[in-house]
Amino acid sequence: MCPAAEAVAGGLAPLPYRLTGKRQETADTWTLELEPARAERMAPFEPGQFAMLYAFGAGEAPISVGASDGASGRMVHTIRAVGAVTEALCATATGQEIGARGPFGAAWPLADAEGADVVVVAGGLGLPPVRPVLERVLAERERFGTLSLLYGGRSPDDLLYRDALEEWGARPDMDVEVTVDSAGADWRGRVGVVTTLIPRARFDPGRAVAMVVGPEVMMRFTVAALRERGVPAERIHVSLERSMKCAVGVCGHCMLGPEFVCKDGPVFPYTRVERWLGVPAL
Amino acid sequence: MSAAVTFELDVLDDLLAALSERGHTLIGPTVRQGAVVYGEIGSAADLPRGVTDEQEPGRYRLGADGGAALFAHNVGPSSWKSHLFPPSLRLWSSRRDGQGELRVEEEPLDERRLAFIGVRACDLQAILVQDRTFLDGAHRDRDYEARRRGCFIVAVNCERSASTCFCVSMGTGPRAEAGFDVALTEIVDAGGHRFLAEPGSERGADLLGALSTRPADGADERAAEAATERAAAGQDRALDTDGIKELLYANLEHPRWDEVADRCLSCGNCTQVCPTCFCTTVDDVTDLTGSEAEHVRRWDSCFSLEHSYIHGGSVRASVRSRYRQWMTHKLATWIDQFGTSGCVGCGRCITWCPVGIDITEEAAAIRATDLREGLEHADA
Ligand SMILES: Cc1cc2nc3c(=O)[nH]c(=O)nc-3n(C[C@H](O)[C@H](O)[C@H](O)COP(=O)(O)OP(=O)(O)OC[C@H]3O[C@@H](n4cnc5c(N)ncnc54)[C@H](O)[C@@H]3O)c2cc1C
Ligand code: SF4
Ligand code: SF4
Ligand code: FES
Repeated sequence: MCPAAEAVAGGLAPLPYRLTGKRQETADTWTLELEPARAERMAPFEPGQFAMLYAFGAGEAPISVGASDGASGRMVHTIRAVGAVTEALCATATGQEIGARGPFGAAWPLADAEGADVVVVAGGLGLPPVRPVLERVLAERERFGTLSLLYGGRSPDDLLYRDALEEWGARPDMDVEVTVDSAGADWRGRVGVVTTLIPRARFDPGRAVAMVVGPEVMMRFTVAALRERGVPAERIHVSLERSMKCAVGVCGHCMLGPEFVCKDGPVFPYTRVERWLGVPAL
Repeated sequence: MSAAVTFELDVLDDLLAALSERGHTLIGPTVRQGAVVYGEIGSAADLPRGVTDEQEPGRYRLGADGGAALFAHNVGPSSWKSHLFPPSLRLWSSRRDGQGELRVEEEPLDERRLAFIGVRACDLQAILVQDRTFLDGAHRDRDYEARRRGCFIVAVNCERSASTCFCVSMGTGPRAEAGFDVALTEIVDAGGHRFLAEPGSERGADLLGALSTRPADGADERAAEAATERAAAGQDRALDTDGIKELLYANLEHPRWDEVADRCLSCGNCTQVCPTCFCTTVDDVTDLTGSEAEHVRRWDSCFSLEHSYIHGGSVRASVRSRYRQWMTHKLATWIDQFGTSGCVGCGRCITWCPVGIDITEEAAAIRATDLREGLEHADA
């Protein structure tokens, strides 16, 4: 169903990519634009796949691809600085080079979503990995039914891609609903968890394909709300996060039951992982 | 391929010399620091003549009642894994110049061709199990592949079992069935000290053809068979693998995990000695000037908190969840991942566990109180 990861030829060494642009999104999150520093470059990424980014001397981290351009090899990543590697990546100055290898993992099931109502539910840093889904659907708009983005953040200051949200929200062919867990008096948008958006979102549950990404608890509640609304479980897809050191199924870090999240996922049909997600600390 | 041959003890040195001449570095059992470990050897004189090992849960001690035999021991704390999949390996190094340009250089491959002398049936199966991890997936591990491709395997059939061995129940031993170049059975009896040798590959047959041997006769064959039968009969430890995957999948919340967690120190010894465990982490280190960095892969253990750490905390924060991860991986999820059990019954994890936790006992305890059968056996 989901395309599996491409075979990677043996090596685990990253390729050099130059930082060509950088934008601060929130207090601790930056969007980085990269382009291949030399002739060799990674193969094009499908929406939902990820790269291993290497900050010189600090190490590698799995990072989703917010956008990738097959022709130029240009990549966009949005990274939250939470530890040694992500801090070093976010601290990289324009013009400097970092390492990257990929593409890795299974993509969002866009082919299966053709003709269906596309429901994208993102929590927090879950927006970057679904951005290429939104771009793809908007680029091939007539192939899909309705398009909904339901996005939740902790606070208004934590919301990513403000410009894009506004632009998408203004489109007649896309439904954008944003909510935050808590906000000050100057916030005029919704307050509440993202699941509260599901009952009234504009899509037909009988012909919907849902793609959900965010913290694991958020995904659990979101899936429950989607099912409540009538979306069949097998048409709900989630993207999971686990520790990853290799991204190719040989380091053992990303296991969830029998699944290697790096190569069998990170995008899974919910029904495939439901059993394992239901066991705490598996 | 030709049939079994017999050769005298002194021809073993010719076999080793022929492998050296063919460009192989010889790795075999030697005694180091009170244990039989696999290290570089030069000749048969380096083999642990007469050495036996006494193994119990949490206990290992060398003995000397093996007489003249060179292979009277069983498996020690090291496994062949260290030579195909080194405990620490630099994968690549990188440098960054003043302009911020990054150069990455992959580590050159180890060009040595190894010959493993004395691979037991369980360990041979462990190599085949690791082949599936490193060679059969979409990603082929280039370093493992380079080492494995050149490797010549001389198996040795066991003629005795340690108390911790349970290869018979795992269907992996004590006799090597496939995957070797040459399989030996050591025979020491009234007929002399000799080896029955079976070729398992072209190059194995080739090697034997270059040695001074004679066709194995009925007495040799009977003696060799009796030796492996003795080893099998001497095994009283067993793991019932019938439906084991479904059993463990259905018992992920079994109270036994709490019970074993009370004893387990989460030291990771079991994963270090296991010949199939493949978890690794990476360390990134820079030199003093900060312009050169290395990316080093080293063995890791699912018993460490870092292993499952993601921002916000470890997924498997409790010892219970980590022991469960280890045992269910060995015996159940491995089957879904690689089409084979991740346990070959070598018993190392039992011997080298400081508190003597026994995987066969843990599996049996869960089977005896299978949650699918309700609670009626709960206090069995
Ligand atoms: C498929 C996938 C896609 C992702 N996409 C993105 C993305 O687009 N943007 C983004 O920002 N993030 C993303 N992430 C998350 C990102 O990979 C992690 O935040 C990142 O790896 C953190 O690395 P770090 O070194 O910065 O931080 P840390 O979390 O500090 O370091 C991680 C490692 O350090 C060790 N460690 C650190 N602290 C501890 C501790 N207290 N206890 C034990 N061990 C510790 C562990 O070995 C751990 O593996 C993604 C993750 C996955 C799996
Ligand atoms: S789990 Fe224990 S008995 Fe099984 S292969 Fe590993 S070390 Fe040997
Ligand atoms: S089972 Fe034994 S060897 Fe393994 S981590 Fe626990 S105490 Fe250590
Ligand atoms: S990240 Fe190494 S096995 Fe998945």
